Amino acid sequence: MANKKQSGFGKWASSRKGQQVIICAAFAIIPLLLLLVFTYIPFGEMVKFSFYKMKYTTPVEKREFVGLANYIDVFTRKDCFGALKLSLYYIVGALVQLVLALFLATLLSFRVKGGNLFKGFIFFPYLISGIAVGFIFKFFFTRGFVFDSILQLCGFSLDNLPYWLKDQSVNNWTLVSTSVWRYLGQMMVLFIGAIMSVDAELYEAAELDGANKFQQFRYIILPSIKTIVTLNVILAITGSLSAFEQPFVITTGANGTGTYFIIMNKIAHTSQKVGLASAMAVVLLLIILICAALQKLFFEYIFKDSSSDDESYKAKKLRKKQERDTKKYMKQMAVSAKGGK
Amino acid sequence: MARGKTDVPSMAPIKEKRTVGYYVRGFLKYFVLIFFSLCAVVPLISCITTAFKTTDEYKATSVMELPESFLNFSNFVKAFTTANMGRAFINSVIVMICVLIVSVVIGTQLAYVLNRFKFPGNGFIRTLFLVASLLPAVAMQVTVYNIMGDLRFIDHLYGYIIMSCGTDVISIYIFIQFMENISVSLDESAIVDGASYWTIYWKIILPLLKPAIVTACILKGVVIYNEYYAANLYLISPEIKTMAISLYKFVGPMGSQYNLICAGVIISIIPALIVFICCQKQIYSGITQGAVKG
Repeated sequence: MANKKQSGFGKWASSRKGQQVIICAAFAIIPLLLLLVFTYIPFGEMVKFSFYKMKYTTPVEKREFVGLANYIDVFTRKDCFGALKLSLYYIVGALVQLVLALFLATLLSFRVKGGNLFKGFIFFPYLISGIAVGFIFKFFFTRGFVFDSILQLCGFSLDNLPYWLKDQSVNNWTLVSTSVWRYLGQMMVLFIGAIMSVDAELYEAAELDGANKFQQFRYIILPSIKTIVTLNVILAITGSLSAFEQPFVITTGANGTGTYFIIMNKIAHTSQKVGLASAMAVVLLLIILICAALQKLFFEYIFKDSSSDDESYKAKKLRKKQERDTKKYMKQMAVSAKGGK
Repeated sequence: MARGKTDVPSMAPIKEKRTVGYYVRGFLKYFVLIFFSLCAVVPLISCITTAFKTTDEYKATSVMELPESFLNFSNFVKAFTTANMGRAFINSVIVMICVLIVSVVIGTQLAYVLNRFKFPGNGFIRTLFLVASLLPAVAMQVTVYNIMGDLRFIDHLYGYIIMSCGTDVISIYIFIQFMENISVSLDESAIVDGASYWTIYWKIILPLLKPAIVTACILKGVVIYNEYYAANLYLISPEIKTMAISLYKFVGPMGSQYNLICAGVIISIIPALIVFICCQKQIYSGITQGAVKG
């Protein structure tokens, strides 16, 4: 009851009001404390450290203030900012993955014998831990091992094949393909879910009208899941900027596979240049936040514009419903996609 | 799932039924599906066959050849003991249970408060969580490492558990989304009956949130069981390593003994496989709900 002074709870009687304050405080304090300690304080520290030259072990009074020098380093050192170029590989990979996932999801959401089995096979890699994936593919791509043997069975000669993990002309594609291997199923399951939520009557009506499967895809499925697809395209781009896992577990960034985060991780934990690593992190965070802002603008734009799209009969009604869910989608996707990668 | 079953080709117009194109399409469809399924499982199968080979056999034969016997479990035994995987499995289970319980309790409580009460800062707290979800975990570890050091949390299982609870944003969002579909009138009638807010949370909200809790546990559980980056930073002593990072034991001198490594990898995958086979439906719906509806 000591908290009675707080206001803003509206019409509640004072005892209720007191209880509310207590329950709000009791229920919110732990999550907020955790959020503060493990997200916002580190974030603040990161910004602060980015202006210092220091190691983790450097005592506070010996940290040397260097102004913007770390930021200048990020943009001038050729191993730092240049590493962002590798993100292009991952963007391409993510887009290929998206198209494949959409294709497979469409196939599997019509009746297929053994559909669940196929779905299970393609999805399962998502449940394997990153380290295990790393070992599996180190083994898979080692010279003369599984992948080479398979290609030899298909008639390729071992002499013409590159070293998949060492040859700089292919090794980034190799890593990207393992990323597709791991996340394709997850994205596919996500799309199957989205397609399943389309009203079944639409397909029946379309089939009665003589629409073939492609037309059903083009005019019913695609418009209905447009939101989730567009979102995944944008998330693919932000996700690719922070590509980390595949090179970390398979090549440890050797032979030109060091993405931005791999370099940052090395600078932070191996060479202990915490200041420089913090500056790198801050730069990338800014880029990601800008992307997030652009994504928001972009969505406001397409949903103002979407009425001009050609959609089939009932799909229009459905779109109204979809639009209402859009905002939920956006928030939730941003959160869950991050959890996935 | 239900829709897939009602949408059988027999409903389709007759011309769809028995033309050449129908068979070609059918063939292509299965060809594509089988091809991608093979792509998904071949790396795993090659691991399984290699894991059953003895070291001599592994050196002498091509990786494509089947092992002499599928009863040769010596690699599994050796991998299990070298990487101390029994202990690691127990650690993984401890971490998972603790993190899931704490996440569910604080996540549902926060969601309850944010959804049911209007107070100054409500919107601000939501924004804080949303922005936090945009920050990439690997980047944050640069300075979280420092904080963990200050808190003396490094190399302690409890420290790692607390940190894992703290970086959780997904489940809170799932709960908030789900709370919106639970009618406020339930709360109101309970209040008329004189229930306290705690009773409402415990007796009404929590049971109704069960589907959302299952979803959150699945999504979070997969992430926790497979977490290797943070785990590797903070769990240093051998006896507190989790399943995912116990595999690090095979980096270095043992790096080319792939028959042993494959056995280790297979052991680490088995728990996930069992859970997957048992709760396929829940996992799929968890993935979908987590992303679409929440």
